[in-house]
Amino acid sequence: MLTLQFIPYHEMENLDSKQRISKLLKSVKSNKIVLMEGRLKSSEEAELIRKTMEEISPEFKGIELSVVNTPNTDAKILKKFKSVLVNMLLGDRHGLTIIGPAKIIKEIKQDPDKIQLLTEEIQEKTKSKGKKRSK
Amino acid sequence: MLKGIKAVFGKLLKRMFKKKKQVKLGLYGPPNGGKTTLANKICQDWLGEDMGSVSNIAHETREVSIKESITIKSGNKELSFNLVDTPGIATKIDYEDFLKSGMKAKEAKQRAKEATKGVIDSIKWLDDMDTVIVVLDATIDPYTQVNITIIGNLQARKIPVLIVGNKIDKKKANLKKLEAAFPQYKVIGISAKFGKNTDEFYKELFNLVD
Repeated sequence: MLTLQFIPYHEMENLDSKQRISKLLKSVKSNKIVLMEGRLKSSEEAELIRKTMEEISPEFKGIELSVVNTPNTDAKILKKFKSVLVNMLLGDRHGLTIIGPAKIIKEIKQDPDKIQLLTEEIQEKTKSKGKKRSK
Repeated sequence: MLKGIKAVFGKLLKRMFKKKKQVKLGLYGPPNGGKTTLANKICQDWLGEDMGSVSNIAHETREVSIKESITIKSGNKELSFNLVDTPGIATKIDYEDFLKSGMKAKEAKQRAKEATKGVIDSIKWLDDMDTVIVVLDATIDPYTQVNITIIGNLQARKIPVLIVGNKIDKKKANLKKLEAAFPQYKVIGISAKFGKNTDEFYKELFNLVD
């Protein structure tokens, strides 16, 4: 069974970077897939990876992480202006961050505005279906 | 006369200062993109020696390694730098993946432990870089959060970046996808293993550092 936890922006906005990262890691380490409104700063993403590495053990194999709606920094002027405006109004609230434990999420396939989340179970089923067909 | 002496001293000091400042050129990217293969190619081309060992198993490079004072030439221009090869950055490390590649449990666990330390070191070293080459496997989908995080951090630190799409000798290589994923950066396709397009790569390196 998959457990999804939604974290709205207001739950994170008053936390400092350290608190945000530990909140996210705590949820992920308890086998939840976190959907966070907004996104982390790039320095926080790097810190999240660093912290994750410190926690790696035979039981905790790491995380899968993905962000939708990354602003395109080379977009056309109008698009760029729109993106800057959205960021000014919403700040880090813009976008959606998905973080889950690597033992549950096998892979997150990411397009600029689409995400495919492949879980271990789904992959196993797909593999076994494939095997049946080949027989 | 005093002015003349001052000017000469000024130039001398400037030269001394210039010589002391070595650009730190970092190789960053996810595991198995070919960072060490490229580091070896650069070192072979300009020093006649290798920098590190390479393997098909991920996380072969688990420590940051530095090759000092590499000077490359193009026409009349010269470029000197310290080359920093970093372990691949990943968000997950599973020792069982190493078991699948034929390692024994103890060795696999040790490799996983070293690999996690390697990722931590790579992230720490980001602050020390002057210029970075992000080495990506051109046969793999570039839209991964690790790639975006690496490039986002370099962008935030205002570090000049060149993206290298490695393994263009393979049929699946898709440079256009890389260019579409990171349109704000110059992307150059090479095969570090076979030395394909490395002249263009060196030219771009001059453009990046100058």
